[in-house]
Amino acid sequence: MSEAKKIDWKGVDDMPEMAVSLSTMRVNKTASWRNLKPIIDYDKCKPCGICWKFCPEPAILLKEDGSPVIDYDYCKGCGICVEECPRKAITMHREER
Amino acid sequence: MMKVIMGNHALSYGAKLSRVQVIAAYPITPQTQVVELLSEMCANGELDAKFVKVESEHSAMAASIGASAAGARAFTATSAQGLALMHEMIHWAVGARTPIVLGNINRAMGPPWSIWTEQNDSLSERDTGIMQVYCESNQEVQDTVIQSFKVAEKVLLPCMVVLDAFYLSHTYEPVDIPEQSLVDEYLPPFDPPYKLDPDDPHTFGSLTDAKWYYELRYKIEVAMNKARYEWKKANEEFENIFDRGYGLVEDYKCEDADLILITSGTITGTARITVDILREKGKKVGLLKIRVFRPFPIDEVRDILGSAKKVACIDRNISFGHSGIFFAEVKSALYNLSNRPPIWGYIAGLGGRDVTPESIIEIVKRTEESDKPEELIWIGLKR
Amino acid sequence: MRLTIPEEEIMSPGHLACQGCGAALAVRFVLKGLGRNTIMSIPACCCTVIDGPFPYTAYGVPIWHTAFETAASAASGIKAGLDVLGRKETTVLAWAGDGGTFDIGIQALSGAAERGDDMIYVCYDNEAYMNTGIQRSSATPYGAWTTTTPVKHPKNRPKKDIVAIMAAHRISYTATASIGYPEDLIKKVKKAKESEGTKFLHIIAPCPTGWRSRPDDTIKLAKLVVETNIFPLFEVENGEIWKLSKKSKGTPVIDYLKLQGRFRHLKEEDVQTIQMNVDKEYERLLKRCESA
Repeated sequence: MSEAKKIDWKGVDDMPEMAVSLSTMRVNKTASWRNLKPIIDYDKCKPCGICWKFCPEPAILLKEDGSPVIDYDYCKGCGICVEECPRKAITMHREER
Repeated sequence: MMKVIMGNHALSYGAKLSRVQVIAAYPITPQTQVVELLSEMCANGELDAKFVKVESEHSAMAASIGASAAGARAFTATSAQGLALMHEMIHWAVGARTPIVLGNINRAMGPPWSIWTEQNDSLSERDTGIMQVYCESNQEVQDTVIQSFKVAEKVLLPCMVVLDAFYLSHTYEPVDIPEQSLVDEYLPPFDPPYKLDPDDPHTFGSLTDAKWYYELRYKIEVAMNKARYEWKKANEEFENIFDRGYGLVEDYKCEDADLILITSGTITGTARITVDILREKGKKVGLLKIRVFRPFPIDEVRDILGSAKKVACIDRNISFGHSGIFFAEVKSALYNLSNRPPIWGYIAGLGGRDVTPESIIEIVKRTEESDKPEELIWIGLKR
Repeated sequence: MRLTIPEEEIMSPGHLACQGCGAALAVRFVLKGLGRNTIMSIPACCCTVIDGPFPYTAYGVPIWHTAFETAASAASGIKAGLDVLGRKETTVLAWAGDGGTFDIGIQALSGAAERGDDMIYVCYDNEAYMNTGIQRSSATPYGAWTTTTPVKHPKNRPKKDIVAIMAAHRISYTATASIGYPEDLIKKVKKAKESEGTKFLHIIAPCPTGWRSRPDDTIKLAKLVVETNIFPLFEVENGEIWKLSKKSKGTPVIDYLKLQGRFRHLKEEDVQTIQMNVDKEYERLLKRCESA
């Protein structure tokens, strides 16, 4: 399946016969849902994977060295990572728009 | 090979010859022999299929749909209350475009409990989008199952093969059971455009808002319309291989008929004999059997009835508060013709009441003697 | 750093789950445990919506959306179809909420389990009809507020013991799991995958929207529900061998209840009743585990 391709048909003849998916929800950037923005303090972060593990989106990626990177295109700002970080290395900040 | 078999077994042989791969069914009188024979065929290796012995008809259809979605040819059979319980999933099979073939033995709905024939069960599925074919003989039942898979898989719609309880389901008739190789030549393996496949993952039936739902419904209607052509084509191919066939409708002595009777199911056989009796007496009576009910054979009905002086429709069903259902369908098909015959609507044989040549002679007589069409005449009602 | 759960993401972001959704985490974890050679049958539930609208999908494996009461029966059909087509190695996963499992889908589930149809059935339990707007189900716990059990008449019956019902089918594997303990959850998913016939996993999945809890408390609640013995983690093999997965911490239930608006109306004596019921149920579970 193609990744994150926006699909917009002109009309009925372009469509498949039934309601079958042809792309992924990656097209749906859920950043706009976010009121509070989690920011990682990399000075405090000792990569443990817990924030990554508990992200429901998932919107936290792991770099080669295991350190987390928040994908702000998709982070909905639920705050689980902030709550679960054992080192209190992630804090919530008002979203600037 | 000629074999004397009951109508229910004609369904089973039709399924077997179609090489169905998954059967999911639940027992209900008068359908039981269909699935008994199929489970025996699966058990003794005659048929290479999985039989899912589900706990309800609702699950029977849900499982058939799942199997079809996985890419397997699926068959189920039921009757009356069972079909009503399936109703939600018949809508699902249509929307999901899974070409399942469903054998339905027409049985009256309760209460009061009845196990005898009536068409209200299948006709209650009229607006779901499942194709419906009403059979007159055991041979036709078997052949229609095979044809149904051919058409259903072309247009991606499910199909219901309908036969009368007891008058056909439990009646033994000689049936020509063809060689498997001939059926294989006729019916290629099922190959849907999309299926549940981890190597090519797709989601089916997601939430669809008003932006595209409307277009998906339009596609179902396009498929139904295409099915009119596919049924004709499937029948032509069938005739070429098996030397017998059935149209969307069958007209009998209609060319010069002043009065044309309309029937479906087993009443047709009785009506055909009655037409012969009346013809011998010099009455110009003809018969139109409606075999394929969905898609409705609107052109055929118009062509054949357009020249008649009077039409009498016999319905073993009723849409309470309106009329017989075939009557209403035929009447609406004729309405936009500039020259349309008057049509009389007769209710007969509900709950398995016998419809005899005498009943049909009464219908013909009453229609002949009447000047003004009547829409709801109960034949044989005890007063 | 050593990851404690599989790294590969099968579910994609952009899905439509609410902030802090436990169900979305359950999907993510279970698919990590099963891998891509999986087909899901999903009846009407939050996960129908979370997956996204046509023509998009978020879960990354083939999904069959099906009618409310048919998670198990559709899965039976899919499995039968795969079998005849020679694709026996694919895992069929029926994935339903508590309404679709405890209530409307229990007949089809019981049928599939009795037949022993080869599937993993997961009930992700958020303890009410959340997708339709927080109506009570037979999985709603005693004392909880929902939109159909208003605070003047909160639910006055205990949650249905679905695991005992499934274990009574003598299926090869039944287990409870919590999204608060993904390692344990994924271990059980893998064990279910290796077991024969029908397998049943009951996963507690907190719902901030319906529980009236903070989205960032989802994991905390998913742990507390276990620590308080309200939702103990255990396994049942062949309906006979009951095994506790985690030792009890015996945390007071109030620690769990007080984080949720759906329990805000409870009086002290109500909390005591809940504590008593939980203790009694836990004792019963321990006896089952000992006798096994």
